[in-house]
Amino acid sequence: MPTELIFIIQQVANGLLLGFYYLLIALGLSIIFSLGGIVNLAHGAFYAIGAYLIVFLSDSLGYGLAFVVSPVAVGVLGMLVERFFFRRFYRADPTLSLLFTFALSMVIEQALRMIFGASPLSFSIPEFAHGQVIVGDFFYPVYRIGMLFVAIAAVVGTWLLLNRTAFGKIVKAGINDPDMVRAMGISLNPVMTAVCGLGIGLAGLSGVLLAPITGVQPAMGQEILTAAFVVVVIGGLGSFWGVVVAAMLVGVIRGLTSYFYPPASEASLYLLMLLILVLRPRGLLGEKFERLE
Amino acid sequence: MTDEKNSASSPRRRLLLQGSAAFAAGLAVPGFARAQDGGPIRIGHLTPRTGFLGPMGEYAVLGATMAVEEVNAAGGVLGRKFELLTEDSVNPQTASTKAQRMVERDKVDALVGEISSASGLAIAQVAARAKTLFLQTGCNSDELRGKNCSRYMFHLEACNTMYVRTIGQALLRDGMVKGKRWMAFTADYAFGHDLFKQTKKFMDENGAVFVSNDMLPTDATEFSASLLKIRQQKPDLVMSNLAGNQTTNFTKQYNEFNIDIPFAGADMNMTSIWGAGKNGFSGVWPIIWTHQVQAPSAKEFVARFQKRWKKLPENQAVNDYLAIKILAEAMARTKSVEVDKIIAFLEGDNSFDVLRGRPGYFRPWDHQMVYEMYTVQPSEDKNAGKDDFMVTSKPVPAADQSLEVLAPTQEENMCKFA
Repeated sequence: MPTELIFIIQQVANGLLLGFYYLLIALGLSIIFSLGGIVNLAHGAFYAIGAYLIVFLSDSLGYGLAFVVSPVAVGVLGMLVERFFFRRFYRADPTLSLLFTFALSMVIEQALRMIFGASPLSFSIPEFAHGQVIVGDFFYPVYRIGMLFVAIAAVVGTWLLLNRTAFGKIVKAGINDPDMVRAMGISLNPVMTAVCGLGIGLAGLSGVLLAPITGVQPAMGQEILTAAFVVVVIGGLGSFWGVVVAAMLVGVIRGLTSYFYPPASEASLYLLMLLILVLRPRGLLGEKFERLE
Repeated sequence: MTDEKNSASSPRRRLLLQGSAAFAAGLAVPGFARAQDGGPIRIGHLTPRTGFLGPMGEYAVLGATMAVEEVNAAGGVLGRKFELLTEDSVNPQTASTKAQRMVERDKVDALVGEISSASGLAIAQVAARAKTLFLQTGCNSDELRGKNCSRYMFHLEACNTMYVRTIGQALLRDGMVKGKRWMAFTADYAFGHDLFKQTKKFMDENGAVFVSNDMLPTDATEFSASLLKIRQQKPDLVMSNLAGNQTTNFTKQYNEFNIDIPFAGADMNMTSIWGAGKNGFSGVWPIIWTHQVQAPSAKEFVARFQKRWKKLPENQAVNDYLAIKILAEAMARTKSVEVDKIIAFLEGDNSFDVLRGRPGYFRPWDHQMVYEMYTVQPSEDKNAGKDDFMVTSKPVPAADQSLEVLAPTQEENMCKFA
């Protein structure tokens, strides 16, 4: 195989891996929006909280326990935010929830800055995940492969929960016709609390996974949020597989642009979004939502 | 006459007279009244607090605040206290607006700060129009001292050429330049472009073989594609011209991808080193100052800073600290806050304790301060703690060399004050 081709295959593989990181954060954003109609601009801030928690808790609990506790804690925080704040906005003008979550993201970012300072916190890959996997010409750090498995497990788990359980049926019914679900005597409130806990917990998990790779600093949430939005928009609202396909696509396009023309690596996402929206305004696999039309 | 005398001796009436006279004077010539009234000397401090330069901006504020506290604890200058107005400069547009407001509304006596070269240029333009002094503390672009130089702007920060020559000397010493294939990664904005230009010039002049340069967006945080590319190209040397958080993340991931190709760069800050951490820091880098500098005044400064802020000082904190201390010294020694007198003093044959072995001074023709610089690299001591997992070199230039060997000459970087 010519060397250049191996390089390109390696970049595509790397792009797919990157796609999974985007997917974790975009998935939560997508399900909260689909069910509650809330565009959670604070999603990135919860991602940052996840990263700060693992840094902070690793010292006292050790990496393994902190790895489990941190995303769960972020999920619980998400449930509290749903219970006390998001709930007020489901039937309100979407602008209000947009303003609220925007404000929340700024409050969280500034709080992190006040507590931990603006400088990036140092956090390294745990000892057991040091090293690289080398197969022929292919090469990849062990930690990132581990991340890939955690991300796949989280995505598959979420899919099973939404598609193979009674809870998932209520969520799906709630997305399509909340009034009918209520008419059936099913309260959507606890479901929404759980969905926000799950979605925000996934954001926390991505923060936990990425903390040793990208710097842990207060603005880290903003940086990832834009990419997550691009993924949701390209994938299409309400579509699980749409978000999955979009995340992979974004990862690969970004990876290849970084290789061939790095200055456009960030811009490539937006060009892709532009193109998809022109060709398919609803996104790749987006469904039609009556209450949003 | 008796009446007058009587009335003037009445305390209440005298107060009223003085008050109205002062009020009238204040209305007629506010600038004059302000300079004479013993009110505080105001310093407008602008620096990025958010975004990828935010971590350094935070230290800039700590340094500036501490300098003002020290000046005031010593009784102020000319019997007046220093007052620090500090704001987030955000971006060039906002920096310009805020500088304008500080000059016009707050009547600041000098502007201090900034890190981004683009914002620094915007502030310098405001300062030049308003004939206000601007001591810049973090902008590296050579053009600010060359094509865009200004009579009202002084540079506490080293310029890109000084950084490049500092690291260049270390690389030449280690035999890493001549005949070596090198790849560059550069922050895609004015600073990075300028740094790359200076680096390339140095490497070309010294016989290195250029492979490629990738411009990376400043908001990129994940560099796996670039790191795979390095592994594929197998150069002899990788040079980073990255900035802020980019540097931290790139350095960390360089280690993660276990690349054993020598890694160096022309810009490094302690925030990036601390952020990368003991297991993430790699390469050899030029730096203007570290807490490991072996000079008595540096050690005292580190102790004072730690006492005040409960953490080690960063190189950016030092520049903002020095700017205000130098300003106070200039005002005290000229017995004036007049901009022309201060400029004459700073341009004159005066040197300053810059917390290094040798004192530093401003060059009169481009207002660049020249001082000792250093290189910094990971410590080989496996048990080194979080404060000393890096080692700082001896000063560059060496003790027997002129401090000016690092900075560009008049021919290399022409500056004409308007």
